[in-house]
Amino acid sequence: MPNLSFTAPTTVDEAIRALAGAQGLAKPLAGGTDLLVQMRSGRTRPEVIVDIKRIPDLIGVREAGDSFVIGAATPGVMLSEHEAFSRAWPGIVEGVDLIGSQQIQGRASLVGNLCNASPAADSVPAMIAAHAVAVIAGPGGKREAAVEAIVTGPGQTSLKKGEFIIEFRVPKPKPRQSDAYLRFIPRTEMDIAVVGCGVNVTLDGSGLCTDARVVLGAVAPTQVIVTEAAEALKGHRLDDDTLSRLDAAAQRACKPINDKRGTIEYRTKVAGVLARRATKIAFERAAGRVAGVH
Amino acid sequence: MAKQHVSTIINGEPVEFLCEPQQTLLDVLRDELNLTGSKEGCASGDCGACTVILDGNMVCSCLMLGAEAEGRKITTIEGIAEGDKLHPVQQKFLEHAALQCGFCTPGFIVAAKALLDENKNPTEEEARYWLAGNLCRCTGYDKIIRAVLDAAAVMRGENPPSPAA
Ligand SMILES: Cc1cc2nc3c(=O)[nH]c(=O)nc-3n(C[C@H](O)[C@H](O)[C@H](O)COP(=O)(O)OP(=O)(O)OC[C@H]3O[C@@H](n4cnc5c(N)ncnc54)[C@H](O)[C@@H]3O)c2cc1C
Ligand code: FES
Ligand code: FES
Repeated sequence: MPNLSFTAPTTVDEAIRALAGAQGLAKPLAGGTDLLVQMRSGRTRPEVIVDIKRIPDLIGVREAGDSFVIGAATPGVMLSEHEAFSRAWPGIVEGVDLIGSQQIQGRASLVGNLCNASPAADSVPAMIAAHAVAVIAGPGGKREAAVEAIVTGPGQTSLKKGEFIIEFRVPKPKPRQSDAYLRFIPRTEMDIAVVGCGVNVTLDGSGLCTDARVVLGAVAPTQVIVTEAAEALKGHRLDDDTLSRLDAAAQRACKPINDKRGTIEYRTKVAGVLARRATKIAFERAAGRVAGVH
Repeated sequence: MAKQHVSTIINGEPVEFLCEPQQTLLDVLRDELNLTGSKEGCASGDCGACTVILDGNMVCSCLMLGAEAEGRKITTIEGIAEGDKLHPVQQKFLEHAALQCGFCTPGFIVAAKALLDENKNPTEEEARYWLAGNLCRCTGYDKIIRAVLDAAAVMRGENPPSPAA
């Protein structure tokens, strides 16, 4: 990388100029826990690195009206330490907590986890399940996009040249709404998901599900929103019949790869099991939450 | 490409250095500043031998650019003892023989100090999870965990018996 340059702008506009003005590849840098590994291995050869961590408001979590706003470069540790957010969206925090070791947590951000565009990214299914929105800044001004619209394939995003994500907005949960994320790995720590599943449910006063979103990770080139699984939940309680329809729908949504962590058959089966388990946890949490989180 | 000029604080001392944009903080510590206590085991964030404390959070210095250190406060293994006085974690590593080849030891000690700064009374399980990003090929981890839990006891003012030699 003889021609690499590094810049750490202090405003969003300067960052856009640095990203848009580069002739070769320009890469935003958040925690660097993917970017530096890929630069070292030669998989990515940027010409310009734009460290976004010196831009005010890009690190930290705040509440704004009906949403939480998560600055793009906020490291995992800071999100898990945010009490109101952890209460509101325990499933998102579960996903974030699973990313790497404590050392990785000191740096790794949600935005890097998303924009690295790995099908196995642990924070993404629960973010999509929670209807999180990315706020994107670029040469054409600001725009918003649903989190599920960002990743288009392994290593690929829909962000255009000069664009970068400045923050996420996550709506605050309603009364009796909650979430959960589970992943399956062959060991207890430090591995990549064989399957991940994020579930967000809303119940009515009698315990019937009124709204749901079920999202799988690591079973297809991008995260998959399993509409059929959500439909299986809506209007129902968590009885055996509902759970088996959910399980079957999750399995049908899988188009996984075969690799050393799991065969196609195994990943598909595990997707059904995780969907059941995560849904049970989300239901219990939602039932226990009579008031919304505000 | 132009070198980056960086001013930072390492182990309480103001430090200035020049680095190439692609140099990691670990490269800078070892190659420019002669702070060779932090080790490079993997250069990919997996082994923790390069662990440093950055503004209160422990991070892998192999996954951070030297240029990112501008204006930050960094503690390396060289800053853990106070002068000649070993930190309780260091003392207990010696007493428990919690090292063999020693390559992983600086990373473990920095990580253990970061744990005890945050949690005075970790359970064994908490200590094991906290240290899951530090790999050791020699000890089997058990003595490391005993040393860390004993160091915690010392820091709480208790007086755990030293292990039999
Ligand atoms: C040892 C180890 C273990 C890991 N374990 C896990 C795990 O268990 N689960 C998991 O999901 N991941 C894991 N990871 C991967 C990684 O830590 C996560 O994906 C992390 O969230 C990346 O965040 P970051 O801030 O470090 O990203 P960076 O490395 O800074 O960036 C990642 C990508 O996103 C781009 N980017 C950064 N900021 C922006 C922005 N604001 N707008 C647009 N693009 C941007 C970068 O250019 C780069 O392409 C692991 C990594 C390591 C080294
Ligand atoms: S050298 Fe940094 S984690 Fe192994
Ligand atoms: S003592 Fe040799 S690697 Fe830990």
